[in-house]
Amino acid sequence: MNSSILGHIARFILLVLLQVLVLNHINFLGHINPYLYVLFILLYPINGNRSVFLLVSFLLGITIDMFSDSGGVHAAACITAAILRPVALKSSFGTSYDYQTVKFKSIDFGSMLVYMSLVVFLHHFILFFLEVFNISSIILILKKAFFSSIFTIILCVGFNIIFRKRN
Amino acid sequence: MQQIINFILRNKVFLLYLTLLFVSLVFTIQSHSYHKSKFVNSANFISGGIYNSANNIDEYFHLKNQNILLQEENNYLKSILYNSSDSLSKAFNDTTRYGGNYRFIPAVVIKNSYSATDNVLLVNRGKKDSLKEDLGVITSKGILGIIDKTSKNYATVLSILNTNSRISAKLKNTNHFGSLQWNTKSPNVVQLKEIPKIAPLKEGDTILTSGLSAIFPKNIPIGSIQSYELDEAENFYNIEVKLFNDMTNIEHVYVIENRDKEEIDSLLNNRNE
Repeated sequence: MNSSILGHIARFILLVLLQVLVLNHINFLGHINPYLYVLFILLYPINGNRSVFLLVSFLLGITIDMFSDSGGVHAAACITAAILRPVALKSSFGTSYDYQTVKFKSIDFGSMLVYMSLVVFLHHFILFFLEVFNISSIILILKKAFFSSIFTIILCVGFNIIFRKRN
Repeated sequence: MQQIINFILRNKVFLLYLTLLFVSLVFTIQSHSYHKSKFVNSANFISGGIYNSANNIDEYFHLKNQNILLQEENNYLKSILYNSSDSLSKAFNDTTRYGGNYRFIPAVVIKNSYSATDNVLLVNRGKKDSLKEDLGVITSKGILGIIDKTSKNYATVLSILNTNSRISAKLKNTNHFGSLQWNTKSPNVVQLKEIPKIAPLKEGDTILTSGLSAIFPKNIPIGSIQSYELDEAENFYNIEVKLFNDMTNIEHVYVIENRDKEEIDSLLNNRNE
């Protein structure tokens, strides 16, 4: 248990550093950046305390905000993704979803992809919505969220495969 | 009261969510108004420190590009410096000559040599970059030599550390000039001959190019006087000149082209005949 907490802390720090030092500077095709740190929210244990999960997500978002000088947009997106994660779990894993039984290491690729896509797109939509902060640019927001989501999902799947092989 | 507490306990996660959402929305709205993001910004110990250390590592990867940029900038500044400063106030009869007499071409020394008696360097520019024989080569600190042979992509430089090299040099304070030679003893010391006895000298005085040949512009630094003595006939000084350049450590250089060189040379040759 103790080592798994340490593992989560290590993942938290590594993902934040990777995000702010590398991924924020990619600017693919001008402005498309992946937000891989969402992987922390995706892989947080399902049976954990939800309040703690929410607080940790907020901390994650506000840390990214601090580094990228973006106010509180990442924090808002993170906590929204965190609180709606059970919905995404339920809709992608269906009846096999149970608070205690699902393990990320032992589920099939298709459901995992659906789950990731749902959470990532939700997160990115909130993120860009608050970043642009203008309902009349909804097309721009959706476009940005869509393309960044694709980028993020590809990276998440890649990291997940690497992570799985090690175990 | 009991019901309120129960309600809070039942919905504590959602209430926590609303609280955190409120906080982050406050930050967001603050960040959208000018100079209001007081609490969350990257100018703090943690993120500033991390960015600084990351940049310390990162800048090494850009050193090459940065050097090239700086060299280009220097190139531009030198072309301003050595072209006559009042050129803008003159009327230009010939617009193709706008930009002055001296053209600077940046180059990189790809083979340095300072230990032989006749040292020749190699630079990565050649005929392709319109280099030709007898163009001057300088570094950011002082003179280096004269272009000797050119191929399509490369050129050799007759270093001032070469017994065949003769470069016209003068004192900084007066216009007494002499010829710069090398006695092969030290790669950082060259000899200035034929400075007349009448010239006032002091150790540490600066030696510059004279501009009397068409190769180097006037007043490019060469070195400072280390010691001096009169020659046998006691008419001229022999001066040991400590070079400003570290000849053992040279990479980025500039080749100088004097656009009037042909005209000056032909004029001088006609007079000699």
